[in-house]
Amino acid sequence: MSVTAPPQPPRAAKPVVRPGDRIFAGTARVAALTIMLALAGVFVFLALEGYPGLSAPERIYAPATDFWSYVGPLVFGTILAACVALVIAVPFSIGVALFISHYAPPRVAVPIAYVIDLLAAVPSVVYGLWGGLALAPATRPLIDWLYDNLSFIPFFAGPPSVTGRTMLTAGIVLAIMVVPITTAISREVFAQTPRLHEEAAMALGATRWEMIRLAVFPYARSGVISAVMLGLGRALGETMAVAMVLSATPVVTLNLISNSNPATIASNIASNYKEATPDKQAVLIATGLVLFAVTFVVNFAARWVISRGERNLTR
Amino acid sequence: MSTSTPLEPDTFAITADLAQPRLPAWAVLLDVVLAAGVAGLLTLLLGWSPYAGLVLAIVLAALGMPLWSLLVEGRRAAADRLATSVVWASFGVVLVPLVWLIWLVVKNGIGVINSEFLSYDMRNVIGEGGGIYHALWGTILITLAAAIISIPIGLFTAIYLVEYGRGSRLARVTTFLVDVMTGIPSIVAGLFALSLFVLIFGPAIRIGFGGAVALSLLMIPTVVRSSEEMLRLVPSDLREASYALGIPKWRTIVKVVLPTALGGIITGIVLAVSRVIGETAPLLVVAGATDTVNFNLFNGRMTTLPVYIFQQYSQPGIVGPAGGDPPGYARAWGAALVLIAIVMVLNLVARIIGTYFAPKTERRR
Amino acid sequence: MAKSIDVSDLNIYYRDFLAVEGVNMTIRAKAVTAFIGPSGCGKSTFLRTLNRMHEVIPGARVEGKVMVSGQSLYDAAIDPVAVRRQIGMVFQRPNPFPTMSIYDNVLAGSKLNSKKMKKAEADSIVEKSLTRANLWNEVKDRLAKPGMGLSGGQQQRLCIARAIAVEPEVLLMDEPCSALDPISTSAIEDLIHELKSEYTIVIVTHNMQQAARVSDDTGFFNLKATGEPGHLVEFNPTNKMFTNPDEESTEAYISGRFG
Repeated sequence: MSVTAPPQPPRAAKPVVRPGDRIFAGTARVAALTIMLALAGVFVFLALEGYPGLSAPERIYAPATDFWSYVGPLVFGTILAACVALVIAVPFSIGVALFISHYAPPRVAVPIAYVIDLLAAVPSVVYGLWGGLALAPATRPLIDWLYDNLSFIPFFAGPPSVTGRTMLTAGIVLAIMVVPITTAISREVFAQTPRLHEEAAMALGATRWEMIRLAVFPYARSGVISAVMLGLGRALGETMAVAMVLSATPVVTLNLISNSNPATIASNIASNYKEATPDKQAVLIATGLVLFAVTFVVNFAARWVISRGERNLTR
Repeated sequence: MSTSTPLEPDTFAITADLAQPRLPAWAVLLDVVLAAGVAGLLTLLLGWSPYAGLVLAIVLAALGMPLWSLLVEGRRAAADRLATSVVWASFGVVLVPLVWLIWLVVKNGIGVINSEFLSYDMRNVIGEGGGIYHALWGTILITLAAAIISIPIGLFTAIYLVEYGRGSRLARVTTFLVDVMTGIPSIVAGLFALSLFVLIFGPAIRIGFGGAVALSLLMIPTVVRSSEEMLRLVPSDLREASYALGIPKWRTIVKVVLPTALGGIITGIVLAVSRVIGETAPLLVVAGATDTVNFNLFNGRMTTLPVYIFQQYSQPGIVGPAGGDPPGYARAWGAALVLIAIVMVLNLVARIIGTYFAPKTERRR
Repeated sequence: MAKSIDVSDLNIYYRDFLAVEGVNMTIRAKAVTAFIGPSGCGKSTFLRTLNRMHEVIPGARVEGKVMVSGQSLYDAAIDPVAVRRQIGMVFQRPNPFPTMSIYDNVLAGSKLNSKKMKKAEADSIVEKSLTRANLWNEVKDRLAKPGMGLSGGQQQRLCIARAIAVEPEVLLMDEPCSALDPISTSAIEDLIHELKSEYTIVIVTHNMQQAARVSDDTGFFNLKATGEPGHLVEFNPTNKMFTNPDEESTEAYISGRFG
């Protein structure tokens, strides 16, 4: 067993280590350390380059006046877009995951899972292209209808955009990008429900749906929660789809169907990088650091939920 | 065959009835046909868009069945039918954007692609014409460079995690950091590369190699994850058999472990490449955009296909005298078709390698 | 009210594979019927056809008839869900729902049918079922604790309580003691004896002594040869089966000469 143990500090006799082994093990260790360095580098370089952005000349932040009032609407927009995306994506993800794990005939379940994975393979810029040129105009009847009938809800206060390039459209595109991620994880945990528990429910005279509620959902709860959070991480960081759909203005509004929509942090960087002076560049990098921090917290929470769920079930 | 001794007949009274009123098997078919008919008729009469008609048909079909069931079969069966309808409908709805998107990309892209489109760049192109030659080369070079950086780092990290670092603190930290890396938004990776090169070369720097660095930051965690999983699947019997022959550990890894896991590792790498090849944001930030071919990763701006699509979309040019869409849109669709084709081919290749070399383990569906 | 079950010419398939062939038997009401036989001979598969749990496995189907009190189980008009309410099942390994308390586990089945149950009514079902499963005294002070915290034997009795809480008329038991220690096994066997007065019980067991101890009738399943379908060799009152069986192979199996 000593072969798999990590190298021990020298004992009485020094173990013989072949030069080949030493070089190979060393290379592997260096690779692992590189990852650590790279990640540390992300923090350090973003901080170094972004720090001046926190206190740039006031005109850089126009129309805002300082960094926090500049980044505030962006954070709001980021969270709003991600929430809209999740509200749309989560029910569909759970439905599709159940379809693959429990409803579809087993013979077609695997190809169907592959088709859903294809959704994840489509590059985000193509989603943006589709969202801006096809989906946005197609949503106009929908947003007109929402405005006519539901304008008392702040989300649909209007006036409706004539281009269809609204927060709602961006949310739909983001939702489509989130669906494959949450579906993939949810269907894994649904399929892992012990057969014994499913049969126990069936033998009590449960219908398929009751069986799913009795045996599958309680078992899969933490897995689904973490799937949703990983999807949230994706939605928060997605750039192109939002940048290509929204024409952004720095406002804070819940209105999902009007012409003026807040940008997200990521889309704001993408649409401003080009004209960026060094000062502006620093500000954009600083907002990137904020985005990194937010997604880090969300992903971290997701992992924590997963590990806690694993511990609960292996008890 | 079987012998059954005569027993006293059933003397107990029949209690609960097992036969419940049930809808016949063709009820579902009827429901779908009716829903489609009603929705189709309304769509035609009221002049709605076909998408609205499709959505209406799905909603009608999904609600019709449980309602009917509620009348005939009772509450529990109706709830079950409703769940079934909702699950099927959600799958149907999710397919709509996928089909719509692929249909549009193919329809709008196929007419654009010709030898000129593939072999010309965008220098001095105003209005129609031009192509993706420069973007194709940019994509190939930057992705290749990213792969050259990420594969050794990713693979050796996986080897470290599985073969050397088991349980050590460095291994645990690395696993955690790989998780963190998986969640880095792509634009943040781009900003990181930008900061790095700006620090070295000054604020105006835009080079293709920076894009490669950003992409490898996104690629490494995928490579580590998939390689690690594959290496763990190699049975330890194989390693022990090799040690027992007196083969040193590193040669065991190179000659026994890696070849056994090779198929899976390559699958993982190809999937990782197909993931980063469509990345736009980091390249936009650090590699910039240009209209001409640039073969030098270390000097000057470099355009990739995704960035090209974004460029053509955001600055589509002037609508010609004939009217219609600006010329950039057509080029964007054409480039999108090429990009999707590349990604799909890579995915397919990964699938094929994966199934050919798959370790024979049983798995529940 | 218990029920008898008549099986005639039953063939059981997994897709195209014939697993069990030509079973004929009558299972008496309010008696314990045991199935014995070597591994893989189809006893469990046959048991699962008696409450239509068999078809839960994709591709599984049957030919022939299973009559329960004059109703054919595999008629198109029969709802498998209703069948499973009438014919409960206990599995090889105890399988309480891991996220539910003991209390909720017992009620899991009954809650499906009544939208709102009064607290007192629910309490009485729990107490009655756990008492009948000989578990009440052991768990009455910790009903809110998770069912997974119990010992294996207690978990299995909890599963029996859960099955009888829906008031079925037949109880199918698929090797209910195979994962349990001897003391828990004897507790379950005692329980089977007591339940016999109210339920028709069918039990699959690997343990011939257990079959001899608990059952009134015994069916012996065997394979004709490796790869051939399983079939019912002999079905007789247990006394006769273990003292003077009709078939030579039964005697060979029971006396331990093969299998």
